[in-house]
Amino acid sequence: MIHPGARTAAARPPGTLLRRGLLGGVIAVGLVVLGIFPLVVTDPTATSIAFFTVVFMGAVSAWNIFSGYSGYLALGHAVFFGSGGYAVALAARDWHVSGGWAVFGLLPFGGLIAAAVAIPFGLIALRTRRHTFVVVTIAIFFIFQLAAFNLGFTGGTSGIQLPFAPFSPTTYNNPFYYVAAIILVLTVILSWAVRRSRFGLQLLSIRDDEDRARGLGVHTRRVKLAAFMISAFPVGMLGGLYFYFIGQIFPQYAYDPLFDVSLALMGFLGGIGTISGPLLGALVLESLQQYFTQKFSANGLYLIIYGVLFLAVILILPGGVVPGVAGLVRRWRVRTQRQSAEAADAAPRGVAGAIP
Amino acid sequence: MSGTALLQAIVDGILTGGVYALMAAGLTLIFGVMDIINIAQGAMVVLGAYLSYELSAKAGIPLLPGLLITVPVMFVLGVGMEFLFMRRVREADRAAMSILVTFAVAILIEGVLTRAFGVDYVQLHATYIDRSIYVLGFYLPWIYLIGFGLAVVLLVVLYWMLYRTQFGRAVRASLQNRTAADLIGINVDRTRMIAVGIGVAVTAVGGFAFGATNAFNPNSGYDLISRLLAIVILGGLGSIGGAMAAAVFMLVVNDVVAVAWSPTWAPMVFFFALVIVLSIRPQGLFGRSGVRAQ
Repeated sequence: MIHPGARTAAARPPGTLLRRGLLGGVIAVGLVVLGIFPLVVTDPTATSIAFFTVVFMGAVSAWNIFSGYSGYLALGHAVFFGSGGYAVALAARDWHVSGGWAVFGLLPFGGLIAAAVAIPFGLIALRTRRHTFVVVTIAIFFIFQLAAFNLGFTGGTSGIQLPFAPFSPTTYNNPFYYVAAIILVLTVILSWAVRRSRFGLQLLSIRDDEDRARGLGVHTRRVKLAAFMISAFPVGMLGGLYFYFIGQIFPQYAYDPLFDVSLALMGFLGGIGTISGPLLGALVLESLQQYFTQKFSANGLYLIIYGVLFLAVILILPGGVVPGVAGLVRRWRVRTQRQSAEAADAAPRGVAGAIP
Repeated sequence: MSGTALLQAIVDGILTGGVYALMAAGLTLIFGVMDIINIAQGAMVVLGAYLSYELSAKAGIPLLPGLLITVPVMFVLGVGMEFLFMRRVREADRAAMSILVTFAVAILIEGVLTRAFGVDYVQLHATYIDRSIYVLGFYLPWIYLIGFGLAVVLLVVLYWMLYRTQFGRAVRASLQNRTAADLIGINVDRTRMIAVGIGVAVTAVGGFAFGATNAFNPNSGYDLISRLLAIVILGGLGSIGGAMAAAVFMLVVNDVVAVAWSPTWAPMVFFFALVIVLSIRPQGLFGRSGVRAQ
């Protein structure tokens, strides 16, 4: 029987054939939709919304590898997004990379820079916990934003131009979309691999009780820092891609506080610590946000809807949609099982033992 | 840079630091009783500023008497927020959830203000705002003196309430141990609700001082909350005295760096000071060491 409190991957018994088939079917359909979307829907507005949505799905999944599994709420991932963006922009400019597919080859460099930035960031921030950790990530985020405004090599407020991409105007968005989709798929595989590994279990044990985990021999600082770096890498790559798509990079967009919060909102909406939750949260929120921004531009209505929606989700389903719905299903299943067990108890003893 | 300019910067820092001390005291009081960081505190200061603006520009009520209206309004708003949202956050994951809930409230306030007032910058006006007084070689703007004076009076009242009254004892008891406070007959829920109301009510005064010294729009809350967060963490979460000391210290450092080095780097020193202090003392300057181990 499924234990209601089972949370870790290792503790979960292998699913039934039906459930596995269902999961495989959902993954296959998801991959097909991800693969053919811009071929079916060719409207440039729709494909650009799809691009932004896929970027955020990847970024939230990456954020979840650290914050979801370790329970540390990081509100500073815009540092990695912006640093990856600047790394790609500067590399493209200084190494004279011409526009086109070559710039995509610089994205891993952006990811590496982001992961390198995560080392000092993590060494400082991970000394603290809970509220203090959240605020320290915000503070470090502001240090990066102000530095980008004031340092010489970032171009200050005028920013840096990225190379012009010579793609056909009608399908201009598609190369960006597919690169984002590849990064997304790799990030989800990474998240799944972490979740299944011994390393992932160590992270989850930190989330549940850090002091006890340390007492049991988990090198908590090393594990947290490693997760922080792993989580930074895809975000840095996506930052490079995002600003290549936009065409230029400015401090206020590279280091945007709303990016920090959006990741957390999307993660919590879907359910942090799960693999599907961040995907679902980003899919719903980012596409809605893009739609709202285009529909009711700047009159604040979109902020009101966003705020109300978010409060409703937190207060009604405090764990997010995926764990909330999973909990409802589990409770329903336990109840029906109990009912059938009671019915079996009423029946002669020998029959009850036969029920699996 | 001359010595007078430096002294002037220190004096300015102390005066503006007083106002920040008041806003930060409210923030840290809410943290103390609820274990919740109110990210909406910045948005509420801006809301308080808009209320003052509306009262003076539309209803013709001058700014200072207007505080008699805006302070109770903000108090009710704080009580409502505690009742509707804060007390519903589960105990288990308070740290993360409460930050998101109050952030959602901040977004909501920003949205409502944007719909009502648009995104153009406004500033509070009164005859005394632009005047200065010349004391011992310093030009002291009246508005700084008024803001500082109000902040000091309110902080003294807050201190007296927390340490000399039955209600204050109840607040401190609920802050130390909820269960024990419940057992000796304190109505913890009501105490918390009123304490949050007070913590939010001070933003009306903060909004008045902020709105009179800065041009603001509905988006201004973010800049403010990032500074307030740095102050309360530096002072040690839950320590009101620490928040006051940190506020004055930070604003003096800010103004001195702006004069001695460059105004563009001044805000960065703010966050650098925080990071350096926390690397040495993770619980903040005056924090209970327990905060870290929680």
